[in-house]
Amino acid sequence: MSFTTLDQLWVYLSGNPLLSLLMTLLVFGLAVRINRALGGTPLVHPVTLSIAILIGLLMLVDMDYATYFEGAQFIHFLLGPATVALAIPLYDHRERVRRLLGPLTMACLLGIVTAVASTLGIALAMGARLETVLSLAPHSVTSPIAMGVAEQIGGIPSLAAGLVLLTGSIGCALSPWIFRLLRIQDPAVQGFALGLTAHGFGTAQAFARIGAVAGAFSGLAMGLTGLLTAFLLPVMTRLFGLGN
Amino acid sequence: MPLIMGMSVLLVCQFLGEMVARGLTLPIPGPVFGMVILLVGLLVVGRVPDSLRLAGEGLLRYLTLLFVPAGVGLMVHFALIGRDLWSILVTLGVSTGLTLAVTAWALDRLNRRRGGEGQ
Repeated sequence: MSFTTLDQLWVYLSGNPLLSLLMTLLVFGLAVRINRALGGTPLVHPVTLSIAILIGLLMLVDMDYATYFEGAQFIHFLLGPATVALAIPLYDHRERVRRLLGPLTMACLLGIVTAVASTLGIALAMGARLETVLSLAPHSVTSPIAMGVAEQIGGIPSLAAGLVLLTGSIGCALSPWIFRLLRIQDPAVQGFALGLTAHGFGTAQAFARIGAVAGAFSGLAMGLTGLLTAFLLPVMTRLFGLGN
Repeated sequence: MPLIMGMSVLLVCQFLGEMVARGLTLPIPGPVFGMVILLVGLLVVGRVPDSLRLAGEGLLRYLTLLFVPAGVGLMVHFALIGRDLWSILVTLGVSTGLTLAVTAWALDRLNRRRGGEGQ
């Protein structure tokens, strides 16, 4: 094959959603394998690893994010129905959830206030720019909600989405030894804390590494935190004298 | 066929949730309302149809993959992140650890006070 035809083939492929879709799936598969080879450590989360490899690849072949997303959007779209599907484990464990509804709501409110207050406090103290601070504020909320909230209080939605993902992988990495330190063994409590702090990442980790009960509580925490934060965050940023 | 039926149920709930979110002009995305709608539906019906379980649990098994495309979007914000890199890293690290600890500790305490029902 001559050089020009190869070139033409590349031009055709790189403008085609097929390439970035395939790339995303293959890189994710590779990242899962690497993570498994490292003993399934939560320190190298398959998602963080995939994102890093993909960004590297895109820069290498000089493809911009908009072109990449043309293909990757098919995967991104499934986040919607997957969020809806969280109702299934929640339904499966409804009796347990109903019994614990009081403590769960209280713990959720306390967790949200901790997350938002510590974020605003630390980021302001360290002199971060206002738009950064406001994009950081919803970092414990599942990314679609975080984007909406960030926009409402004056942050940058897509930056907020990225920071949410970083929070997810940090939460997964920290959780095993925080639970060990506090001697938390109840899978329901572990799952709930993971879902509240690390949203979808935490929920995925709870399902995969702790079990179905933890996954159900994690999904519940994620939904509840999202709903409550959407109402609480604009009020809290105003208390800190930020945003509009 | 069951996969199609299950997927359709999920998408119908998402669609209804999207309409609620639009109608209330809240910054909460439609899928979250969709989850609430599906939960209410399941409580009314009293069981999870096999088709729905097939589609739903299939999606949940690969939940982490679905975050990758949005995450790659970080590359657009390298400049902004670079300027505030340390405050971002410290804030995320400390705040995430603190939130995990406070939530787990509080729920564990509240649980035990009610006679350890969660155990």
